[in-house]
Amino acid sequence: MHADSARFPDNVTAARRDPMLLGALQRLQRDARAGRAEVIARLPEFEALRDAAREIRNGALANLAANLERFEENVIANGGAVHWCRDAAEAGAAVTRICREAGARTVAKGKSMVSEEIALNAALLGAGFDVVETDLGEYVLQLRDETPSHIVIPAIHLTKDQFAETFRDAHDALPEDRSLEEARAITDEARGALRDVFLRADVGITGANFLIAETGSVVIVTNEGNGDLAQSLPRTHIVVTGIEKALGTVEEALTLVRVLARSATGQEISAYTTFATGARRADDAAGPEAFHVVLVDNGRSDLLGGPKREILRCIRCGACQTVCPVYGAVGGHAYGAVYAGPVGSVLTPALSGLETAKHLPEASSFCGACEAVCPVRIPLPRLLRLWRQDAFQAHLGPTALRWGLFAWSALTAWPGAYRAAGAIGGRVLRLLAMGRPRLARLPFAGKWTGGRDLPVPEGGTFVGQWHRRRGK
Amino acid sequence: MSAPRDDILGRIRAANPGPEVPVSPGPVPARGRGEASALRQRFFAGLDMAGVSHATVTSWPGVGAEIERFLAEAGPGGGLVASNDPMLEPCGLDRLPGLRRGAPEAGDGVSITGTVAGIAETGTLMVRSGPDIANALHFLPDTHVAVVDAARIVGAYEDAFALLRAGGAPLPRNVTLITGPSRSSDIERILQIGVHGPRTLHVVVCDAP
Ligand code: SF4
Repeated sequence: MHADSARFPDNVTAARRDPMLLGALQRLQRDARAGRAEVIARLPEFEALRDAAREIRNGALANLAANLERFEENVIANGGAVHWCRDAAEAGAAVTRICREAGARTVAKGKSMVSEEIALNAALLGAGFDVVETDLGEYVLQLRDETPSHIVIPAIHLTKDQFAETFRDAHDALPEDRSLEEARAITDEARGALRDVFLRADVGITGANFLIAETGSVVIVTNEGNGDLAQSLPRTHIVVTGIEKALGTVEEALTLVRVLARSATGQEISAYTTFATGARRADDAAGPEAFHVVLVDNGRSDLLGGPKREILRCIRCGACQTVCPVYGAVGGHAYGAVYAGPVGSVLTPALSGLETAKHLPEASSFCGACEAVCPVRIPLPRLLRLWRQDAFQAHLGPTALRWGLFAWSALTAWPGAYRAAGAIGGRVLRLLAMGRPRLARLPFAGKWTGGRDLPVPEGGTFVGQWHRRRGK
Repeated sequence: MSAPRDDILGRIRAANPGPEVPVSPGPVPARGRGEASALRQRFFAGLDMAGVSHATVTSWPGVGAEIERFLAEAGPGGGLVASNDPMLEPCGLDRLPGLRRGAPEAGDGVSITGTVAGIAETGTLMVRSGPDIANALHFLPDTHVAVVDAARIVGAYEDAFALLRAGGAPLPRNVTLITGPSRSSDIERILQIGVHGPRTLHVVVCDAP
């Protein structure tokens, strides 16, 4: 499914008709809430760590140029190379060139959202490389030609049976009558299939959770171990990552590690937190001979200079997706973007343009659940509101809404007229409703009522009631 | 200098006209602080929570004996490979039949490695690569047996890095904080232990006087 953001309203309708998806989302939201609460209850310093994490990310953004330069210097000092890429095309070309120079055939990929952002697999497959996703969720998605629907649980929209079905189709050398009833059997089959890939891969590609300026290290935080195999066995290790991830010190990264897994998966810490620094040393027993870091800007430096800068604090924990009632109601694919949920609704207009992504900032009730869980305290509702303002100024909304807002703001300047209009409006709605408590359709607002009912006002306007009660 | 590099750094500098700002790391949680005995208890509790089996021996040669016992009981198949970490030298591993030293191969079922430190905060191990250690030893075989020196059980992640970088030593190519065996909840959020990395992690703590 390669949906696009412009089709968000249609995607929503389709998602709401998919009972398996809705079941999966319900389970996710229930379990994650409990998991996060439990793990946070065991760490009294958690809120203080969130404050520190926010300041560390703010500092990293303020010092970004110096951090990146220092990082580059230390990568080179440790036998690696850094490639600066302004956009997806430059990044795809850089990775392709490195693979070609390495004489690669097979490329083992660890999980990387930036690689999704730059459509890296398509670029590499197009250049003739055998590129294989090795994260369990990403692997099944690659076999199905689908995109991730969540930052940290990419195949959350799939059922166990869909995993099994996909594996039956893909692994046709295995006995047909084998059982894939249990998640265990499915996992073991993937383990077997991908072991081979790790052992024969010429290049391993991973993402990065953090870059560290003082040491030139790349940090990845994972649970399966595929990212570690991908950066230990092949001759060449390529890191594909966004420029905003550069921190100053190891200690800053360790503070972020303390809030990352707790927010993402309700774990105290992920199974593996790995610091990779440069290429293998001359006397090392093993390890990649070549180490490349591909730094991707792709709109980030523009965000840095604008009012939505704070979104760059994001450490991609996915908590805002997991907790969001809109995400929970429609799933990740409906957003038609690499990043779904609140974080995606702020990022996507910057990455693919507000014109295509104009529906996404609207997909929020501003309930604030995202901001309440964000480990780096990004004011996501406020940033969404800024996009709504931009969309209004760019005349991207429906004309009826525009006129309605103009009329409303004109009326508010005349309290008497406002009150009269309110009273008349209420009466008209009651007439239209003919005794029913809700209106399923409204003249001139058919689109709006297409997705929801309007409750019919009871008992007069607020101001009217106020005066009546005070009079008593 | 390449044009993209100058472009990107130029845009960043334009967005950040001010000087560099000082940044301080966050607080180290109280659970990462305390007396050696308390840290040791917390380390074991963390291992339990992460699904790691463990045993404590009181002499270095006792490590080999404990690993022999563990292998006899757990009975994992495949080859047996250990790193050349000097820490393993006094452990009497030669008693283990068929033991190889060096990098792991596809057919290996068990790896034995040392550790830089044990970390009480979350029952975490710090491991590294080096001339004596092929990093894949920590990830490729089904079963990983890790030896921890009780004197190097520290409180917090920062303390482990301080040990590793003592005297200004540069970071090895790979340093990993390992907490429990490999895992995934990608299939319907059902927790599976042992995806690409080890299914079983066994820790032998040596508390030699
Ligand atoms: S915006 Fe905050 S909650 Fe959402 S993914 Fe980023 S860090 Fe996590």
